[in-house]
Amino acid sequence: MSFVKKRKIKNMFALSLSVFSAIVGLFWLVFILSSVLVKGLSSLNLSLFLNDPAPPGIPGGGLRCAFVGQAIITLIATVIGVPLGVLGGTYLAEYGRNKKYSAIISSLADMMTSFPSIVVGVFVYTIMVRPMGHFNGYAGAVALAIIMIPIIVRTTEETLKLVPWELREAAFALGAPYYKVIKDIVFRGAATGLFTGVLLSVARVAVETAPLLFTSFNNSFLTLNPNQPMPSLTVTIYQYAMGPYEAWHRLAWGASFVIILFVLVASVLGRWIISKRYKNG
Amino acid sequence: MEEKFYARNNLFKLLSLASALVIVVICAAMFIVLFVFSYPAIKQFGVVHFVFSDVWDPVKRIFGGAGAIYGTVVTTVLSLIFAVPVSLGIAVFITQICPHGLKRYFSNAIELLASIPSIIYGMWGLFTLAPLMRNYIEPFLQKIFLPIPVVRCLFEGTPLGIDLLTSGLILSIMIIPFISSIARDAFELVPKELKESAYAMGATKWEMIKDVISPYSKIGVLSGIIIATGRALGETMAVAFVLGNDHNIHLSLLKSSTTISVTLANEFTEADFRLYLSSLFYLAFILFVMSFTSLGLAKFLLSRIKK
Repeated sequence: MSFVKKRKIKNMFALSLSVFSAIVGLFWLVFILSSVLVKGLSSLNLSLFLNDPAPPGIPGGGLRCAFVGQAIITLIATVIGVPLGVLGGTYLAEYGRNKKYSAIISSLADMMTSFPSIVVGVFVYTIMVRPMGHFNGYAGAVALAIIMIPIIVRTTEETLKLVPWELREAAFALGAPYYKVIKDIVFRGAATGLFTGVLLSVARVAVETAPLLFTSFNNSFLTLNPNQPMPSLTVTIYQYAMGPYEAWHRLAWGASFVIILFVLVASVLGRWIISKRYKNG
Repeated sequence: MEEKFYARNNLFKLLSLASALVIVVICAAMFIVLFVFSYPAIKQFGVVHFVFSDVWDPVKRIFGGAGAIYGTVVTTVLSLIFAVPVSLGIAVFITQICPHGLKRYFSNAIELLASIPSIIYGMWGLFTLAPLMRNYIEPFLQKIFLPIPVVRCLFEGTPLGIDLLTSGLILSIMIIPFISSIARDAFELVPKELKESAYAMGATKWEMIKDVISPYSKIGVLSGIIIATGRALGETMAVAFVLGNDHNIHLSLLKSSTTISVTLANEFTEADFRLYLSSLFYLAFILFVMSFTSLGLAKFLLSRIKK
């Protein structure tokens, strides 16, 4: 009897350790979210969005330029990254299906999604900033696009593979050429999945910092020309949080609040769309 | 008509093939560019000297990467020590204990940790976690460990909160979702029949986990840990806030240090002569090789399971 009891106690002990670690995981999440939300909310005001940075000591500065810059950089990155990523993923899932080199490209893309983003920044610095002679918004956008492409390639590939092969065969049987099958059957069937994949990857890339440090750099003026150094929220947060002024810290918290809200909304939205679409499996 | 279709199909095929090849081109170009630009430093300092010397002196134009490499490795190892047990516990909780209705929400909540941007981790680390570490946790650790002879050298120094320990802790929070989600998938691959036969033999839940699930899923879990290692190696912003920038190697975990990525973030735009910049490229190249190797190894292991 005591042997059974010992086993039961061991079992209880192990399982409670597991529950404990689940609590630890949740604890970190709640701790981080709540402290950013609380501190961010208290430093949120209208001038954060409407004004450009004021010199230290003068009240009422904001981060309008950083919001605009971030939006422009992300937009350009999306324009470059989404078509390339979706087409590349399409090749892997359709024309290149079952080919050995497709599997290699797919693994490479998978690995690239975990690559150190700062190395991408260094790379783009070398191929764009050095030849052009100055930091510029385009370089930042290219760096973000390089991070975005493998993510979209992978999600596209996975989504397209979920479309049953019989659907394609049905279209082939009607005499449709492959590109039409892809365009009208596969893409249409996978539209929600594709959209979600793009949404999530844009959301992920839009909050990257490291690749922008040496590419779009930073400034504190409203910049609309991507050929100039451009401010971005994330780099500004880095600079302001490391800076000595209390007002800067407040702005950084405000910006963090906006960023985390953006991430939360994007990921909840993405999951909601997926759960609606794939409710039955 | 048919010819038009044929031409268009070929065009679309070529276009999509070209886009897929962009991945390969980027990878190859990164490797080549990093190597070419780090070549002056490789020639000047060699491999062994650069990797084992921690002299980082822009004024005397001598560069050794050991400080940054040491910091990278120590923060990564620390983060694994903190994250692996917790992540495995979470994976066990999700697959074995969690009530069915809560499963999805809990998984999503843990995965949310992965979508929090690293700059937020950094901000939070600097303003919230570091003061806690400085005022409460590190003095507490010193009280416990300083009297113990050998271990004490890991905890010497004034606790500032800006150190290896804090960085490792933040990294561990960031990699928990990666390990736990891959471990969860690996646990769920275990055939139901095997689990049920263990229960039928009278095994407790823990014995079933230990003797059925863990041997069956160990390669999957291992590859998850390696992927997380790759992530932790290259993480920049979260660590840049709380690690300081000290190229000297200290044994103590309560001292500032630097990692490869932090060095790049802090010094890349300030490198004002060729050898300095080249040494930074050298570091970036080493980081590239390190994360490429670990991610490749993880991919290899995962592909073996699928077969």
